[in-house]
Amino acid sequence: MNTHQKHGFWHRYFFSLDHKDIGFQYMLTIFFMVAIGGFFAYVFRMHLAFPDMEVPLFGLVTNTDYNMLITNHGLIMMMWLALGMLLAVAGNYLIPILIGTDDMAFPKLNKLSYWFFLISVILMVTSFFLPKGGVRGGWTMYPPLSVGDFGYNTPYATFSDRFFSSNSFVLLAIVFEFTALLMGGVNFFVTTLNKRAKGMTLMKMPLVVWMINIASVLFMFSVGPLVAGTFMLLLDINVGTGFYDPYRGGDPLLWEHLFWFFGHPEVYVILLPPLGILAEVISVNSRKPLFGYKFILTMTLIAAVLSMMVWAHHQFVSGIDPRAATVFSIFTIIISFPFAGIILAYIATMWYGKLRFNLPMKWAVGSVVLFTLLGGFTGLHLGASVFDIYAHDTSFVVAHFHYTLFPTVIFGSFAGIYYWFNKFSGRELNKTLGNLHFWLTFIFFNGFAFPLFLLGLAGQQRRVANYSQIEFLMQDPLPLYRQIATISAVILILTQFIFLFNFIWSLLKGKKVSTDNPWEANTLEWQTSSPPPHGNFKTYPIVYHGPYEYNIPDRDTDFTPQNEK
Amino acid sequence: MKNSSKKITWRQIPQARLAVWALIAGEFAIFGGLIVLYILNRLKYESWGEMAQHTNVIAGTINTFVLLTSSFFVVKAHEAAVHKDKQKIKLWIWLTIACAFMFLGIKTYEYTHEIMHGFTLPGNALLAEGKTVEVMYWSFYYTMTGLHGLHVIAGALALFFVMRKVTKTEENYHHIEAAGLYWHMVDIVWIFLFPLIYLIH
Repeated sequence: MNTHQKHGFWHRYFFSLDHKDIGFQYMLTIFFMVAIGGFFAYVFRMHLAFPDMEVPLFGLVTNTDYNMLITNHGLIMMMWLALGMLLAVAGNYLIPILIGTDDMAFPKLNKLSYWFFLISVILMVTSFFLPKGGVRGGWTMYPPLSVGDFGYNTPYATFSDRFFSSNSFVLLAIVFEFTALLMGGVNFFVTTLNKRAKGMTLMKMPLVVWMINIASVLFMFSVGPLVAGTFMLLLDINVGTGFYDPYRGGDPLLWEHLFWFFGHPEVYVILLPPLGILAEVISVNSRKPLFGYKFILTMTLIAAVLSMMVWAHHQFVSGIDPRAATVFSIFTIIISFPFAGIILAYIATMWYGKLRFNLPMKWAVGSVVLFTLLGGFTGLHLGASVFDIYAHDTSFVVAHFHYTLFPTVIFGSFAGIYYWFNKFSGRELNKTLGNLHFWLTFIFFNGFAFPLFLLGLAGQQRRVANYSQIEFLMQDPLPLYRQIATISAVILILTQFIFLFNFIWSLLKGKKVSTDNPWEANTLEWQTSSPPPHGNFKTYPIVYHGPYEYNIPDRDTDFTPQNEK
Repeated sequence: MKNSSKKITWRQIPQARLAVWALIAGEFAIFGGLIVLYILNRLKYESWGEMAQHTNVIAGTINTFVLLTSSFFVVKAHEAAVHKDKQKIKLWIWLTIACAFMFLGIKTYEYTHEIMHGFTLPGNALLAEGKTVEVMYWSFYYTMTGLHGLHVIAGALALFFVMRKVTKTEENYHHIEAAGLYWHMVDIVWIFLFPLIYLIH
């Protein structure tokens, strides 16, 4: 085992090969991106509710600004927060330590993947400052909107106009980010298969390790065509190929297929890791074995396969064959079965358990409740092409995907951060601030997203910069709903500063942990010191038990650490 | 663990080989996407057959043989690596890299030839004749063969660095096999591209 050495700031945060440091670097980078994305959300929500007012800290929002803000909010939150947080941060920090090994299989590849991620972040942020401003074509980047004014058919555009445009930069950023995550995925896959501790069979791995790996494999297979597709769009803009350009024999619909062939599996890529985190948190805090480990795993694999066959439900109004629409509707509705199964397994885990409602558990239960009740159920509605054709591109869709993504990505990440904070910092988060953060987030998230359902059903289209000229959308009580949504969203964003303060303050000055295993958990990361040394364990652990053996009769404690005989 | 002597466990597989398998799966997703798109469009547009006649089939055939031969050299290098024979590893890898250069040279000749005949990427000559769908064919042609060419360069670089490291440190001989696996992938992709782009008229 490697000995622990103190390193300087640069060494630790830029050149470290330790998987924990790399995970932490990813997390800080992502916090930075989220701050930008959150600020954008604040500006355009304010603009929607109070159309002609100058937004504090931004000024008057023009229609062009508005398009730029919503596009980049979507891109940052989907590509950099959701994918990064749940694949890169969770995967890097958790996989080696949960399977009981010292580091990733390829630490240098891991570092390289972080640098690629950093390059993508730099390209993305640079794109706001280019001569013609940030991208404005919607986060899905449908051509010709994503080609913008710089396309090859614009005679006066020069190569540097085209290349030094935000469109080219964002596409490059996305290619870099995908490459980073693909490298990470190779690392996760090899580490999990090859570096498990002695006795850690595949079926004794904590579920979160399974979930991150399945998500990585799913990502790898779904993103391939889009990596090619992104290059094709870059070439369309810069070299003059005609893939998406009808004037050159191409078809813009092609991009929609490539994008959603990635985009729909992607929502499961970012759903699976939080489901894994929930499995850990719920089982520990229910003091009961996880209900149906193999069942959950089977359901996940079924969902992963099905998720490759549902992509065109994003395109019901893009002129696809109605017969095809029916097939995609049916698959979309079928895919809710495995996830219903997983959620029921979590509820069954809590059933008659000795529940401990500490902070991670609150986030976990909040996630299950919101994701199932509003995110999942409205997904069933939208999956049926009959309803989707009415609701398509309205706020109903916006509310739906905020109700699926927020409870999983944000609540799931917070469940993970509150759960593992003691481990990676060796200190405790302040509980009062934590409770305040949870309840305010829970209440004002609903306050923000629920009115959007009502607005959507009333016919409010999304991606409209100013509703004040559309008469039927200004009838009472619709402007009030918009204002409730906006004020809630602003409070929701401000609430995150409570977390940020709590996080930084606890990291530097928080109470030191009194025990290495505060949650009385079984998994291996709690059987080493907090924070774990470089190399994670003093001696390689040997695993004798499954990860969820709680309340086994004839034991003094109600938990059974995996490495205890 | 009684039967484990016969069963191969994941831990017994070298990490480098596992990683290259994963990498190859990812590459197949990328090329697979492109190839499926190409086939779908090829079925849709009859006139792509005419365009395919403008490719240089003889140069393509020679290139196919060059790549197949290079795969043979890589297998010989793997055999030499099993016997830990440094001289032979160097010989066979250098021959493989020579094949890569030859492939790229012939490819450059083809590109020059086609560009000189007006099949360029913005496709202005074709557009002037009102041939829009045909521009798409050349878009696919240059993108697919270009991307494959980049993989040839990447594969050759990987072989070179792995050879240098293995012969210097005299350990991790199985890395030759891993780099070779990647090289076979580059070869197989070409086996798909060649008939699809050159042969089907």
